[in-house]
Amino acid sequence: MSSTENQGAGARLLAWVDARFPLTKMFNEHAAEYYAPKNFNFWYYFGVLSLVVLVIQLVTGIFLTMNYKPSAADAFASVEYIMRDVQWGWLIRYMHSTGASAFFVVVYLHMFRALLYGSYKPPRELLWIFGMLIYLVLMGEAFMGYLLPWGQMSYWGAQVIVSLFGAIPVIGDSLVEFIRGDFYISDITLNRFFALHVIALPLVLIFLVVAHILALHEVGSNNPDGVEIKNVKGPDGKPLDGIAFHPYYSVKDTAGLAVFLMAFSAVVFFAPEMGGYFLEHANFEPANAMKTPEHIAPVWYFTPFYAILRAVPDKLGGVVMMGGAILLLFLLPWLDRSPVRSIRYRGWMYKLPLALFTVSFIALGYLGMQPATPVYTNLARLATFIYFAFFLLLPWLSKADKTKPVPERVTYHA
Amino acid sequence: MSEGVDKSRRHFLTVATTVTGAVGAGFAAVPFLSSWKPSARAQALGAPVEVDISKLQPGEMIRATWRGQAVWVLYRSDAMMQTLPEVEVSLRDPESVQPQQPGYAANQYRSLKPEIFVVIGNCTHLGCSPGERFEVAPADLGPEWKGGFYCPCHGSKFDLAGRVYKGVPAPLNLKVPPYRFLNDSLILIGDDAGVA
Repeated sequence: MSSTENQGAGARLLAWVDARFPLTKMFNEHAAEYYAPKNFNFWYYFGVLSLVVLVIQLVTGIFLTMNYKPSAADAFASVEYIMRDVQWGWLIRYMHSTGASAFFVVVYLHMFRALLYGSYKPPRELLWIFGMLIYLVLMGEAFMGYLLPWGQMSYWGAQVIVSLFGAIPVIGDSLVEFIRGDFYISDITLNRFFALHVIALPLVLIFLVVAHILALHEVGSNNPDGVEIKNVKGPDGKPLDGIAFHPYYSVKDTAGLAVFLMAFSAVVFFAPEMGGYFLEHANFEPANAMKTPEHIAPVWYFTPFYAILRAVPDKLGGVVMMGGAILLLFLLPWLDRSPVRSIRYRGWMYKLPLALFTVSFIALGYLGMQPATPVYTNLARLATFIYFAFFLLLPWLSKADKTKPVPERVTYHA
Repeated sequence: MSEGVDKSRRHFLTVATTVTGAVGAGFAAVPFLSSWKPSARAQALGAPVEVDISKLQPGEMIRATWRGQAVWVLYRSDAMMQTLPEVEVSLRDPESVQPQQPGYAANQYRSLKPEIFVVIGNCTHLGCSPGERFEVAPADLGPEWKGGFYCPCHGSKFDLAGRVYKGVPAPLNLKVPPYRFLNDSLILIGDDAGVA
């Protein structure tokens, strides 16, 4: 009794809440008593950063909808209005448009981390699947958001991507009409993409992010050594190589976040268009259904898959290959049959293919932005071949690979 | 009353409500899915359009809009007509076998009247709008070019009957919309009632 009287007002309030809602319990489970490996390196910033970018997108997005008008007649002008007349509107919009690219930057690096350290391998398959679903929804979200400014590139980008569904045999044409809700990309299409972009997909995205984090906290984080820290526990039952997420990583991540936000702000203030890579020049012209721009390219984060699409000289084949390129990523946990996770203990039969895969992915990204000349098309075919070969040969290469013994405890590399 | 749990009754209720619920959910999905189809207004706006060709001279093309798409009406000159059989060897579907046109346009001109060519100006690859390139053998398209349509997006080429060349990304000939002549100078695009 005396103990409650001695407590401060804050502690008493917390006790009151805890008796009615598992606040402290949840905080301990996911932060103060969530034990993460102590050897996280640079690559482990990008998960937290994706979460921060998601918040940036949600907040700036909400404020943009307050002035944006989702109709073919008003959309382009309302974006100009946000840029010119709404107080600080330019900053909110540039944060959102830069945030879109930043999202893919951090997500691609986050995914590459998983490839380096085998973070998708058992027991983290479902964690990886949730992550891939997030990536898929993110692509849909970015694609639909890009139509909203109703510029030339918005319009023709949507025309091209929606046409992809027309390649599906039998139902293709009616499916395209169903997606557009009209006989062409029109006001109706814009209005429904707006609804999906601001309500439907963000809700799905948040649900998937929660599932991703819950799955992570169930199986525990992987680390650069690919060692399962739960296997070696101290007398208190806590992993010897684990440190509490809060305060150790919460503080470390905050420092990393500060650096990220400096880079993010530099782009927002000094290069929001990024020379046409983040905001394409053709999009400063209102959509015109009668005139296709001379050169159509999606925003940079889609170009690797766009290059694959163009590399295949058959429409349906191109669409199938493009879908396959993403689908294969989902299967990674089952294609990789190596006994070790981390690249540190793998041999050249993983290191070399991964290096080639990385180069081919970046090359495809570059080629997807360029006009489809014969030379570029052949290069894109070579890169596409390497991309697919990486996945299709992985079951054999990862098994035949000569691995080094994995230590029992995590190590520190300078 | 028996004290035990009546599992068979619970099982029956679970199955019965699940099946009923699934059927109900199926019916409830219909209005939501149907709301995505072109609305009555979109369909009304997609009604046929009339195009006046009385001022069209040989070698000229006019653009109309039908269902938000460019529809080209090209009056092919004699010189243009002569190129049609010449380019056939380089075409993917010179005979118009693929159903990219109404039956009455499945001929060597892909049109009702040989000179008057009506076609939807959307590339069959990914829907860009090709440009008119009627000049013969321009520098960028090479000496073999007899005039036609060129898509800037991915380099697809079509002849003056909208037939696709071999070796380009577009798989099919340009689509010919349903149309009919109301009289010698008036075309109705989007409606072909009465045309054999």
